[in-house]
Amino acid sequence: MMMDGIIVAFCCERSGYPAADLAGRLRLHYPENLRVIRVPCAGRVDVIHIMKAFEMGASAVVVLGCEEGACHHMTGNTRARERVRYCDTMLREVGIEKRTAVMVNISPNAPHKFVTAAVETSKILEDLREAR
Amino acid sequence: MIIAERKPMEEIRREIAPYKKILVAGCGTCVTVCWAGGEKEVGILASQLRLAGSSEGKEVVTLEATVERQCEKEMLAELRDKVEGVDAVLSLACGAGVQTMAGFFEDKPVFPAVNTTFIGMPEKEGLWVEMCGACGDCYLDRTGGVCPVVRCAKGLLNGPCGGTRKGGKCEINPDEDCAWVVIYRRLEKQGRLDLMREYCAPKNARAVKRPGRIHAAKA
Repeated sequence: MMMDGIIVAFCCERSGYPAADLAGRLRLHYPENLRVIRVPCAGRVDVIHIMKAFEMGASAVVVLGCEEGACHHMTGNTRARERVRYCDTMLREVGIEKRTAVMVNISPNAPHKFVTAAVETSKILEDLREAR
Repeated sequence: MIIAERKPMEEIRREIAPYKKILVAGCGTCVTVCWAGGEKEVGILASQLRLAGSSEGKEVVTLEATVERQCEKEMLAELRDKVEGVDAVLSLACGAGVQTMAGFFEDKPVFPAVNTTFIGMPEKEGLWVEMCGACGDCYLDRTGGVCPVVRCAKGLLNGPCGGTRKGGKCEINPDEDCAWVVIYRRLEKQGRLDLMREYCAPKNARAVKRPGRIHAAKA
């Protein structure tokens, strides 16, 4: 399955996913090219999962984990942030400048922040497209 | 253990540029521990190569495999089927692994994807430091288990140079401890400071005849 132009959102089931769910229940609008993947913790998302998403054509990957200090598994969100940064470096290393990986810390009761994250990621992609 | 670090991407891509189907081969021992060439790094590198290929409109087919030790022929045998089906092998093992692989599969070009740097140990997560120069003439009995050959920036065998900084730091690299200060403190703790007065004759630089070869009896 190719996912050209898609934003893949790996959502922690304790923060990003409930926030996305709430955004849906509140009928908040967010970019339709975003695909939510539920994960048990942001720390479950490995570098290779993000790379595979890019290989399948994703334009951006957003990892949504708990707020700093609030991870149910203690350090999952901080590890996820490091992995996201690492992935971005790996992409730049092979000359891929128009796609990006982003980490967002979010509370389960913050649907508006979820929408903002989705919109901002779309904007980042637009900026990257225009920049080069 | 042997420490290595991945080569720059441009160099890796230059090595494999003429080939279409590549086996990215990892090693499950030293280079796995130092995050340079284990199963995970194999997956990431293969993914990067595919991404780079697709972004340039060039098809790159990669196979991935990691064996326990690439420096043992018996363990390389399990890669035979995969190697037969590819144009070239990109090895993430240390120099010994790459050479064993290249010798074992003589008809396939084998390229290194890492630079083998030194024998060392993990100081903390993500930091490996050199501990041994494999000189073949070990001197650690007289230095409290600290090797001045590699841990002293000047490789001095008879006490510190005149440049030791305040706080016992190295003259060449102020972030590093002066090896001879570490040796002094260690020997002081052990009550063996008399060893500091013992003269060490210049080391035998040819203690290991190159290429090194050891016939050992099995215990």
